[in-house]
Amino acid sequence: MIVNGVAIDDTFAEAFAMRGTRLIITAHNLAWARQAAVSMTGFATSVIGCGCEAGIERELATGETPDGRPGVSVLLFATSSSELTKQLERRVGMCVLTSPTSAVFSGIATGRPLPLGKTLRYFGDGHQISKVIGGKRYWRVPVMDGEFIAEDTTAMSEAIGGGNFLILATGTSQALSAAESAIQAMRRMTGAIMPFPGGVVRSGSKVGSKYKTLIASTNHAFCPTLRASVESELGPEVECVLEIVIDGLTEEAVRDSMQAGLRAVCALGASGGIRRLSAGNYGGKLGKFHFPLRPLLP
Amino acid sequence: MNGLVLRLRSAPAFRLDLSPLTPERLAGQSAEAVARLELAYGRRKVPVGEWFEVRGAAGPRLLIEGDCTRVDRIGAGLSDGEIRVEGSVGAYLGIGMRGGRIEVSGNTDAYTACGLAGGVVKVAGDAGDYLGGALPGEHRGMRGGAVIVGGRLGDRAGDHMRRGLILAEGECGQYCGSRMQGGTIATLGRCGARPGYAMRRGTLLFAGPPPAPGPTFNDGGELSLGFLVLLARAWKDLPSRFASLSRSSVRVQRWVGDLAFGGEGELIHWPG
Repeated sequence: MIVNGVAIDDTFAEAFAMRGTRLIITAHNLAWARQAAVSMTGFATSVIGCGCEAGIERELATGETPDGRPGVSVLLFATSSSELTKQLERRVGMCVLTSPTSAVFSGIATGRPLPLGKTLRYFGDGHQISKVIGGKRYWRVPVMDGEFIAEDTTAMSEAIGGGNFLILATGTSQALSAAESAIQAMRRMTGAIMPFPGGVVRSGSKVGSKYKTLIASTNHAFCPTLRASVESELGPEVECVLEIVIDGLTEEAVRDSMQAGLRAVCALGASGGIRRLSAGNYGGKLGKFHFPLRPLLP
Repeated sequence: MNGLVLRLRSAPAFRLDLSPLTPERLAGQSAEAVARLELAYGRRKVPVGEWFEVRGAAGPRLLIEGDCTRVDRIGAGLSDGEIRVEGSVGAYLGIGMRGGRIEVSGNTDAYTACGLAGGVVKVAGDAGDYLGGALPGEHRGMRGGAVIVGGRLGDRAGDHMRRGLILAEGECGQYCGSRMQGGTIATLGRCGARPGYAMRRGTLLFAGPPPAPGPTFNDGGELSLGFLVLLARAWKDLPSRFASLSRSSVRVQRWVGDLAFGGEGELIHWPG
């Protein structure tokens, strides 16, 4: 299959079941809401080493937030509910509670409750105030700029992590431009995030390593410098490969996001230096969710 | 209104206990069967039919008509359904209610919504003393639900209140929120003496004239409190003047107390 001169591999992205939640972070203005969210979602690129994967889903207008202030919605994913609970408490406690003027609310209505203000309230040292408003409990924690408002709990959702596709380009500039275009298109979608730096990962990995202590190592088949050393996936015309990884709250969200990204890359076409689109999988043996590339195009 | 209708024949001489007549307890019964049910009347038991004309069929709604100022415990323990009273009622309206809705077009006597745990009680007129409070000797007042009073609140509204919401569109009596341990009481009218007496937690919100806190409340000065936006938004769907409460900011004056009881309750004046 060739779209606008770009070869689409007959393959699929293999994704896994995760646990996820959505938070709404508000602040005095959008800049400070973003600041809190950026801090909270920092060092959250991969569960391999970060404990969770997180990112900003989108910006929210004043009419979309519980307290009528500007805000952002954030998605957080982990491999288990206990890890998600731990990451949530640490990240909100260290990055949102500490951020000037911030407040945090649940962004999911139903699901197993995860503690949010429920544990953070203890920072108030007994001066915290509980308010049940409209059937939901909120905590008012005294802080130096006033009060930190936190909803008592958020909810956990079944989620999907590891949706992906690979951009194979003639050079670094071409691959970066394509990845940036894809991310721009994918950020217009809701329910999914791309957790890596700028949404893009250059160190795609395979499971396992020759070193016993490592659970993942470089995806050698897609490394241009290893073309002569290993059984490579790359022809001589490909000098740079970038990957985009997607986590979403639903299968549809991941699929829609992948589709938006793939279409944006194909729009650049062969004239933009894009040679192939591929995806990472483990032969279908490990992940429950499969996203074939070809049905998502043209 | 569909459902069962009870029309009071004449004002009783003694107190009449209407607690057996809630929509859920009457479910499936005919008007004739309801008329045969017994009510406590003073020291005697009397059939419903002796005091009420009963018509319609029992369902999720119950309408009571007439001057019921000596009829007590209407809607006691209600957990579902709706009771509407055209007129005034006696004491203990909605005592121990857990859900559903009660509306009264007139006034209510003491201990309205006493020990309320859920549901909505709306009183168009004035409410008696100890609204949302605890029975004498008990330490648990209102712990959920909402009470909306269109007129004046009696004394000691929200006594021992733990959770829930009381909205008073008119004035408040003395000792409003006394011994309060949580929840929110908001008023648009003037407040009587010693608001929040012996309160330990909870919020008294004055959206009309400022209160006159007692000497055991510390003035915390002017502040911006963001949670007020959440409160005001939650009121938007309530059948009350509070639904259209409009404030340009969340800037308030706040007092904390009752310090004589080690309390950290708050009196908040939210000016228009």
